[in-house]
Amino acid sequence: MADIIYFDNSATTKVYPEVMNEMNRIYSSVFGNPSSLHRLGNEAEKILTESREIIAETLRVSPNEIFFTSGGTESNNWAIKGIARANKKRGKHIITSAAEHPSVLECFNYLISEGFSAEISGTDQSGLLDIESFIEKINDDTVLASFILVNNETGAIQKAEELIAAIRAKNKKTAIHIDAVQAYGKIPLNLKKLDADIVSISAHKIHGPKGCGALYIKENTRIIPILHGGGQENKYRSGTENVPAIWGFATAAKIIHENIEINRNKVKRLKSIVISELDKYFGSGGYFVNSPEDSYEGILNISFPNVKAQVLMQHLEAESIIVSTGSACSSRKNVQSHVLTAMNLPRERTEGAIRISFSGMNTEDEALRFTEALKSIVPKIRYR
Amino acid sequence: MDKLILVRYEEIFLKGLNRPVFEGQLIKNIKQVLNGLGQVKVSKAQNRIYVAPESESYDIDEAVLRLTKVFGIASVSPALKIETDKQSIFDNAVQIAKDIVKRKQYKTFKVETRRADKTFPMASMDVSRELGALVLREIPQLKVDVNNPDFVLYVEIREFTYIYSEIIPAVKGLPVGTNGRATLLLSGGIDSPVAGWMIAKRGVVIEAVHFYSYPYTSERAKDKVISLCKTLSRYTLGLKLHIVPFTEIQCEINEKCPNEYLTIIMRRYMMRIAEKIAERNGSLGLVTGESIGQVASQTMESLAVTDSVVRMPVYRPLIGMDKSEVVNIAQKIETYDISILPYEDCCTVFVAKHPVTKPTIEKAERYESVLDMEKLIQNALDGTDTIYIGPSV
Repeated sequence: MADIIYFDNSATTKVYPEVMNEMNRIYSSVFGNPSSLHRLGNEAEKILTESREIIAETLRVSPNEIFFTSGGTESNNWAIKGIARANKKRGKHIITSAAEHPSVLECFNYLISEGFSAEISGTDQSGLLDIESFIEKINDDTVLASFILVNNETGAIQKAEELIAAIRAKNKKTAIHIDAVQAYGKIPLNLKKLDADIVSISAHKIHGPKGCGALYIKENTRIIPILHGGGQENKYRSGTENVPAIWGFATAAKIIHENIEINRNKVKRLKSIVISELDKYFGSGGYFVNSPEDSYEGILNISFPNVKAQVLMQHLEAESIIVSTGSACSSRKNVQSHVLTAMNLPRERTEGAIRISFSGMNTEDEALRFTEALKSIVPKIRYR
Repeated sequence: MDKLILVRYEEIFLKGLNRPVFEGQLIKNIKQVLNGLGQVKVSKAQNRIYVAPESESYDIDEAVLRLTKVFGIASVSPALKIETDKQSIFDNAVQIAKDIVKRKQYKTFKVETRRADKTFPMASMDVSRELGALVLREIPQLKVDVNNPDFVLYVEIREFTYIYSEIIPAVKGLPVGTNGRATLLLSGGIDSPVAGWMIAKRGVVIEAVHFYSYPYTSERAKDKVISLCKTLSRYTLGLKLHIVPFTEIQCEINEKCPNEYLTIIMRRYMMRIAEKIAERNGSLGLVTGESIGQVASQTMESLAVTDSVVRMPVYRPLIGMDKSEVVNIAQKIETYDISILPYEDCCTVFVAKHPVTKPTIEKAERYESVLDMEKLIQNALDGTDTIYIGPSV
């Protein structure tokens, strides 16, 4: 599998070799429990502190506002349940968009059982929140507004500053949560300027290890823990810290932020190669781009008429090219992508949607090999 | 005093002179499914098989569970084997009753005695009556109910005496290995695993053939078929799975034959290839999960057209069943949850838009005459991968 072309970087990424080395070093020599009073514990604690400082620096926030978690799903769960429960005496209305990650939507569904009124606001054709109707739904009881910054299926970038200003203007007590799992390390995220209260990020989307993430919680935000126990992370998130993974996370964060512009230009170039090749061969109408115009260029969602996404994905896989489907498919029940469905795209576009997601580790040659493969596969697998 | 498991069989009685063969196979199969649980002695006497663990810590519950899935077994009972002696029988029976009442909060019971050893001085009725009275004295909260008791204390007086309270029904059928071999066309859907199970239940050794159209179907579809085989193998005592590459054939049919005949011609190819594999492995028939009228390729006309390409008998145990009946069995044998995983059938490329419901042999032959049948079948057979899936008990 040496020759594999990996275009599924939104699902997960390959760990940077430097990160592997660093984690290996920590696993073998700094394996103490940071809470232990002996020297090994102390060394581990120092690694933890340094990691926290590095992550805080990438977000332009204070280290005591960073809390490590087991990843994006835990961060989103904690943010939403923790904020909602801590503020339930002030109000029981929470709101998000229909194009969120399941770890947000399912928390909203779950909180209904705790008596919250959870509202899901619609999106426009590009997959972005319809700001006007979102703001309209916010009322005096709204304790939490949550939205995704870069959509994981289409790459759509939410106009966060505008949205946050509008939320603040409507109800200044509403806590604002951003799911930045796909955005972190891909687009600049300056939380000094961006006035969010709580932000979820994850390590394995930026060439770090799986099972590790963080939650930024602005000082003085009312939130309660969901994990209780030994009182780690300043009593907010119990459980022995996964020091090697956290250090891997910090190392990856450092590398990816040093290269954030280079990577952005790279994925821009890859996207334009793919689009121009497909334009040349398939022409307009021969394929569809489901990602909006000004989306994050690392994520490109496309479909071909009369082609089933999963069949296309498997044919690409047979040529060692890895992409993902926007929707899981079966003839009995077509499970359409909720994001694309929320965008009101016709069925023929959602059933055939594949998601290509680049990283800085991909090359132009790979993009060309990918489009060549599409040219030979697509005509072969169109159904009548 | 020994804990053991009584194993009963019924249908094997019918087999007259073949009986020792059937019993021998059943004992072999029992030993195979119990493999890994620890040392046991398996012996046969008076139309029973006794499974006696050699260790006190033997997991009898697990053994019982496995035995209920062995074809040929009618029922099983975890029992206590004791000396045939009045005092011993009464003491132990009372103790068992106490244990049951403590565990299950039962309120009513009765005693049922069988005396096979006529040298024992008391008649069955007397044992039941005396023992019943003793149990009532010892466990005051219990009452006798001869019609609908919460539990029954069974006492079987033979050379040794066996006491038990449960008769757990098993799958019945005939021991696998006593009725030849058949080759099952296994798709991954709900029907074909059930069809295979039903034929295996008649004592037949099953081999499975799966047609694999990667990359039109996913690798997970193959994994799914393998896990279906693992589940089936608990009953079939291991199973050979032949995975036949089918992409080339499907593409050729799709390209060169009329759309409405796609499925029927594909089925004909599947039957031909399955028959070749069946001939090689010594099978006496093919098994499919079809039932009349379920889909276009399963009308009487379609079945006639697919059957016409093979000489071997085709067994279709589900032929007269409704879907809900098949689903019930699939759930019982635990293949259902695997079958409904959505990994297969993704490929609408090879599904006819308006499949023919009244195909004719003449047309099918004419349409497929453009294909290089010999080469296509040879390629498929050459690419076939055979794996053995051991009993996953």
